[in-house]
Amino acid sequence: MAYFLQQTINGLTLGSIYGLIALGYTMVYGIVGMINFAHGEIYMIGAFVSLIAFAVLGLFGITWAPLAIVLVLLIAIVFTGAFGWAVERIAYRPLRGSFHLAPLISAIGMSIFLQNYVQLLQGARLRTLPALVSGGVTLFRENDFEVRISTIQIAIILLAGVLMAALTFLIEHTRLGRSQRACEQDMGMAGMIGINVDRTISLTFVIGAALAAGAGLMVTLYYGSVDFFIGFLAGVKAFTAAVLGGIGSIPGAMLGGILIGLVEAYWGGYVSGAYKDVSVFAVLILVLTVMPTGLLGKPHIQKV
Amino acid sequence: MTSRLLLASAAALALAAGAAQADVTLGVASPFTGQNSSFGEQIKRGAEAAAAAINAAGGINGEKLILDLQDDACDPKQAVAAANKIVSANDAAVIGHFCSSSSIPASDVYAEAGIPQISPASTNPKLTDRGLTSVFRTCGRDDQQSAVAAAAIVSRKLGTKIAIVDDKSAYGKGIADGVRSALAAKGIHEALDDTLTQGDKDFSALISRLKSANVDFVFYGGYFSEAGLLVRQAREQGLKAIFMGGDGIAATEFASIAGPASDGVLMTFYPDPRDNPAAAPVIQAFRDQKFEPEGYTLYSYAAVTAFAEAVKRAGTVEGAKVAAELHKGSYKTVLGTIAFDAKGDPDTDPFIVYVWKAGKYVPLK
Repeated sequence: MAYFLQQTINGLTLGSIYGLIALGYTMVYGIVGMINFAHGEIYMIGAFVSLIAFAVLGLFGITWAPLAIVLVLLIAIVFTGAFGWAVERIAYRPLRGSFHLAPLISAIGMSIFLQNYVQLLQGARLRTLPALVSGGVTLFRENDFEVRISTIQIAIILLAGVLMAALTFLIEHTRLGRSQRACEQDMGMAGMIGINVDRTISLTFVIGAALAAGAGLMVTLYYGSVDFFIGFLAGVKAFTAAVLGGIGSIPGAMLGGILIGLVEAYWGGYVSGAYKDVSVFAVLILVLTVMPTGLLGKPHIQKV
Repeated sequence: MTSRLLLASAAALALAAGAAQADVTLGVASPFTGQNSSFGEQIKRGAEAAAAAINAAGGINGEKLILDLQDDACDPKQAVAAANKIVSANDAAVIGHFCSSSSIPASDVYAEAGIPQISPASTNPKLTDRGLTSVFRTCGRDDQQSAVAAAAIVSRKLGTKIAIVDDKSAYGKGIADGVRSALAAKGIHEALDDTLTQGDKDFSALISRLKSANVDFVFYGGYFSEAGLLVRQAREQGLKAIFMGGDGIAATEFASIAGPASDGVLMTFYPDPRDNPAAAPVIQAFRDQKFEPEGYTLYSYAAVTAFAEAVKRAGTVEGAKVAAELHKGSYKTVLGTIAFDAKGDPDTDPFIVYVWKAGKYVPLK
């Protein structure tokens, strides 16, 4: 039981990170109907911006963890959001209305470009950050096995919760959220009733990037090491999470993220660490064949 | 415009003419990009310094030694591509590669072309065990390393419940298997075996597993980036086991990734060639350039020295003759005097056990 609980804590932490990235996939899909394959790279950029921001704040002597984290989160959101905006403006908007595979191919190109851009700019070597937050709490022990949750794991789960709650509020109770929902239902009609569709789509990319920046900040803190290639695997896993939850559904992405995190932790904990990634992609194949709309997704209605 | 074009083509001609002169070109193949690029940097710096010293002393039989750097990114496919480039450039020999999983497939390409290969870092036994006469290394072998690790585990009573984890790479699995069989020969069987994936960052599930099996000693076969994260996350989760790794974690990055958790981690590695008094002037030259010749730097330096000396003795750069010469006699290098055996392995000292302390490693007393 204690072991199960420990793996659940591990899985929840991972899942929170996947969930935040998955939201970016699902929001964009909901509105524009495309898979933004460059989103994993946006997350990687968020991690790099966080790392650099921590280093710069350190130079100014700001090392008190809570303050540094909040400041870095803001900085990361601004810079990563700018990347999200620019990617949409450069690679997707000119292709809107083109044949439906065009933005997908453009997204893959953008992903390769961003990866190489960061590799050239920051170098291919692993960048490291000394642990800012350390320590943890032992919840209880059972025959020598102590169930432990580290401070940083608590911080990750909390921060993910706050960001997800903020997003839910934004979608349900603000003018921007109403515009987003309107665009999701019918982009043409939304434009006719005076909603600035281009602006709404741009902001959707910015919000997705901001959430990815949050995820990037968390991994920087949690693992303390970042390289230019981390966006690929995390991106594909988050995409799996979005599909599992039902792509296009916001609560689905959160749920999918957490489930994927748990699948990975339980597989690694009970079966073998060797095929941890395989377990996640097996879920993707299973969902796509058995339940293509995912857990909370709406069945796709072909509009006539 | 025309004159500029003329000038450019004249310059190109001059360059081509320069290369056509009887220089000795030595290929250097290592990961200069990617995760293991810090090891590639060590190998590059070592080879560059050795070549500079040889050229300053009049070159090899009066000919200048030129390096041809090829990046393999520690990727077997790219390593074979790099090997093909080296072969088609007609390089006299190659210093490399770093990763065993790159050195082994590349060695077939070199052997076919008859180019001697001297690896300063690939420790997998298979590299020299396949009967290729043109393959050499200046570093030790994993089986020597595993034996030293297993002996230390037993004689120092480092643990009773032992876990062995590797990263599934040729190097990592090789050294982990070596420790496994060396322990089994002493009648000790590990309590848990598991693997992780290179490039992964989250090892929490594995660590909980180690915790629940109550292991007090973990041997990890793999490289520093995963090892650093593994140790750091293990301490965060409260796993108190002793960790031990091989030469793959002998990089200062290991300590910067793991942070304070790196204190007390054990590692098998060669006796530090920096302690060799004969190497002092070379080491000073590196330090004057603000480069600490750690890890494989001096192994790479020694590989270039041995090659240059073999060419001098053979009186030719012809691959087969140089390789035959390398098998004969002994070579004075910064590592001490090396003689290569029939397989191409050096007769240097075996490994010793180090312990990490405050970001550096010191011999374990």
